[in-house]
Amino acid sequence: MPVSDFQPVIGLEVHAQLLTQSKIFCGCSTAFGAEPNLHTCPVCLGMPGVLPVLNQRVVEFAVLTGLALGCEVRSRSVWSRKNYFYPDLPKGYQITQYDLPICEHGRLTIDTPRGEKVIRVRRIHMEEDAGKNVHDASEGQSLVDLNRAGVPLLEIVSDPDLRDADEAVEYLKALRDVLVYLGVNDGNLEEGSFRCDANVSVMPRGSDTFGQRCELKNLNSFRFVKQAIEYEIARQVDVIESGGKVAQETRLWDTNKGVTRSMRSKEDAHDYRYFPEPDLPPLLVTTATIESMGQRLPELPRPKLQRFVQQYGLPAYDARTLTAERPLADFFDVCAAKYPDAKKLSNWFLGELLRLLKEEAMPVSALRFTPERLAELLTAVDAGTLSNNAGKDVLGEMFRTGKAPADIIAEKGLAQVSDTGAIEAVVDDILARNAGEVEKYRAGKKQVFGFFVGQVMRAMKGKGNPTLVNELLKKKLGD
Amino acid sequence: MQLTDLTMLELARKLASGEVSSVEATRASLERIARVDPQVRAFLRVDAEGALAAAEASDARRKAGTPASALDGVPVGLKDLFLTEGVETTAGSRVLEGFVPPFDATVVRLLKEAGLPLLGKLNLDEFAMGSSNESSAYFPTHNPWDLTRTPGGSSGGSAAAVAAREVFGALGTDTGGSIRQPAAFTNTVGLKPTYGRVSRYGVIAYASSLDQPGPMTRTVGDAAALLQLLARHDPLDSTSAAVETPDYSAGLEEGVRGLRLGVPREYFAEGMDSEVEASVRAALREYERLGATLVDVSLPHTRHALATYYLIAPAEASSNLARYDGIRYGLRAKDARGLKELYSQTRERGFGPEAKRRIMLGTYALSAGYYDAYYLRAQKVRTLIREDFLRVFRDVDALLTPASPVPPFKLGEKVDDPLSMYLMDVYTLPCNLAGVPGLSVPCGFTKAGLPVGLQVLGRPFEEALLLRVARAFEREHDYSRRFAPLPAQGA
Amino acid sequence: MALTLEQVRHVATLARLALTPEEEQRFATQLSAVLDAVAQLQSVDVETVEPTSHATLAASLLREDVARPSLPPEKSLANAPAKVGTSFAVPKIIE
Repeated sequence: MPVSDFQPVIGLEVHAQLLTQSKIFCGCSTAFGAEPNLHTCPVCLGMPGVLPVLNQRVVEFAVLTGLALGCEVRSRSVWSRKNYFYPDLPKGYQITQYDLPICEHGRLTIDTPRGEKVIRVRRIHMEEDAGKNVHDASEGQSLVDLNRAGVPLLEIVSDPDLRDADEAVEYLKALRDVLVYLGVNDGNLEEGSFRCDANVSVMPRGSDTFGQRCELKNLNSFRFVKQAIEYEIARQVDVIESGGKVAQETRLWDTNKGVTRSMRSKEDAHDYRYFPEPDLPPLLVTTATIESMGQRLPELPRPKLQRFVQQYGLPAYDARTLTAERPLADFFDVCAAKYPDAKKLSNWFLGELLRLLKEEAMPVSALRFTPERLAELLTAVDAGTLSNNAGKDVLGEMFRTGKAPADIIAEKGLAQVSDTGAIEAVVDDILARNAGEVEKYRAGKKQVFGFFVGQVMRAMKGKGNPTLVNELLKKKLGD
Repeated sequence: MQLTDLTMLELARKLASGEVSSVEATRASLERIARVDPQVRAFLRVDAEGALAAAEASDARRKAGTPASALDGVPVGLKDLFLTEGVETTAGSRVLEGFVPPFDATVVRLLKEAGLPLLGKLNLDEFAMGSSNESSAYFPTHNPWDLTRTPGGSSGGSAAAVAAREVFGALGTDTGGSIRQPAAFTNTVGLKPTYGRVSRYGVIAYASSLDQPGPMTRTVGDAAALLQLLARHDPLDSTSAAVETPDYSAGLEEGVRGLRLGVPREYFAEGMDSEVEASVRAALREYERLGATLVDVSLPHTRHALATYYLIAPAEASSNLARYDGIRYGLRAKDARGLKELYSQTRERGFGPEAKRRIMLGTYALSAGYYDAYYLRAQKVRTLIREDFLRVFRDVDALLTPASPVPPFKLGEKVDDPLSMYLMDVYTLPCNLAGVPGLSVPCGFTKAGLPVGLQVLGRPFEEALLLRVARAFEREHDYSRRFAPLPAQGA
Repeated sequence: MALTLEQVRHVATLARLALTPEEEQRFATQLSAVLDAVAQLQSVDVETVEPTSHATLAASLLREDVARPSLPPEKSLANAPAKVGTSFAVPKIIE
């Protein structure tokens, strides 16, 4: 059977680092990039006698995420210990949630070529991250850095509802957008603050029994997610086609070779010996907490996109770009309240503003001017105070200095001359000095008109209102 | 009368009046340790320098009229399960040999803040796993009343040091009887508070849902005074109770008239030593004479407590002891080839037989395919045991039972028979499973002169009532004034 | 219930204990005896009983999300059997 006779089945597990100040069970900083072990204390080093105390914001972020994904939030959830030995795991167990996670039964809508599709979110739970083992080849030893040990994670597990690699990538992007919108995660796959494992299996089309699944790791970009899943689907089909059986195992995506390969069975047997964490009582989440988190829930990416299309009458492409990041969308919303032409506004955003931001690799939050100022600038262009091109120059200056558009226009003398008398004087002067060209024009050589316009504009240092310059030239030339 | 014969409260009075200085008391303790500890072997480590410095600071406060607490200046010892900043802490294990903690356990900090000089670290069964002090990786402690016998365990070093008057009081921990059984074996008072009453932060964990630190003293009054310093909510311990601390000494002398005291029939079962039974029965009659009403009660699930305990405690221990891997601190097997050997050789050499046995048992009870049959089932039976207690406490104010089925046994007698050793805890461990407080108070001696303890069990957070019940008995007798014959002749 | 040597070895592997052959034998015997003793729990009717994993009714304690100073490396690594710079060192990990 060809690959197309098989139906891939994919489920994703995402580990998202939460944007808290301190770790989940101690007060150590979660800041990235410190020297090894400088962000550690007895608790996250797993010293004898230490005990965990839960970070309140982790719970809030978990509830917020659960609500955003339409989950049921458990009023009582339980902490468990997952026991295994590894140098980056200081206590010899990870504190996580197992059979009673904080959130369950959610959903996330994605776009597919066949339209919208709802992917079920099976569960969301909180846990602590492990540290990092650094392999130091020259010395024949590995080094252990526990700065990351105890950084709070949300694990978000989908049902196996995804049917191909593109859907998987769509789901991940949509999920990342939600988390970033909520401000709970920075969405960085490369740095590993948003990590994804994929469970992939294949079954003959028409079957309703899932095949044996493999867990794919090391998928640290959307591109790798797609490549790895597609490779794995083909590999599993090959195995089955050649009469073999897919073995349940963990496979590592090899970025260089573009293949997945079996990881040497990490644990002798995956026997994590979960049991309820005796050092932490069950977590009780009150209805009041859930309600207050509900009030803090921002407009999410998908509803926002739909609103941009409906409320502003924008094309889907514009709406998607503008809502890709919450700060940009918020900036647009404020501008749009002050400036009526949403499409024109969108053009300025998609053209000039995003170009400037991209050139400086600057986030919207770092902009030196307010959305109100941008609205002022566009209003000035519409009023003819400023040419379109001069408007772009002013925006560049606003971007660099944060000055108000009115000040920049005044300082640089960029305002257009729309005084008919002043323009008329220049036009008369130019026509008088170019009598020969005027003759040619009147004789029918209409192309010369552009020459006159150029001469007038040059004389006015480009500030003459082009509409008026045109009108007056035509009048004087007797058209 | 020697200075070291004083109780904590007696010494505190003399410190307050200026009759004695803390430095004098601390020196007296250190001299006593030097004289008798070679026989008792209660101390793993004496911190003379630290204790004397604390004593000097205490004397300065007393002089300035600003004592830090009622017990400011009273020297005490710590079971070597409590982390002490800058002072080696081993849990009685080779795996932590040389480990110098960078911080103090919360209760150690509380004692320091209260001005008590800390004389050093006391011997224990390795990781508090044992009932005789013989599983200590270093040496067994001897019972001051009979040096050929065990002082009990796991807080055997603490009990022996108190009984030998090397310290005025001590801290122990109790997971299945580790404070009360050694107290009973040494004619001392040992109190296991309600689970959550005293912080566990910085106390090396054996079984986290059962462990509880508590005072070990010569008198009930001393226990009340010491508990007063320890019992408070700790924001570093999520299982610490946010319950107000009462004045534990206030009602101490109120007696037992009008109280209903339960006598659970399951605690007077076969296998009990007849002399122990006789002592405890005599104590019960005494309570009646003192005006209490004795009530025959039943805690039917008591017979399952031992089995429940020996699944839950090892399971938790197997996980708690996973951190001893030779990577961040403690012993590391030097010649290990590769990571896997580093783990398995370090742990093989670092742990003694009892710790290994419990790690194995606990790992098995949690492993795939056995969890439901063993661990989960034990947790359910634990619920039944707890409910037994809460039910009888609706009818009676406290329970009276023997603390140990037998008097102190010979060192070496049970080391090769784990099951018979486990049976030593049969009367003490239901209390830990239920999370309720328990106390052992001296209630006499066998014909051979071996101490017997009476256990008082109470409702959660009613430590004050337990102390009052114990005190009513104590003041009728001179047991707390009987001193172990030390140094022993010819030993 | 008798524990086989094979089971003992499996558990020892999970627990990272390099038991000697003598220990394997001894634990097989001793742990079997303990398992026999705890087998009595199988007779208790726990059909409708909730498990107790905490002996406290303490509410979940929550900490404010405030970063506090960590340990200085001279303290956090003071007990390390082997270190390189401020990292703990272990034999090379082979994935």
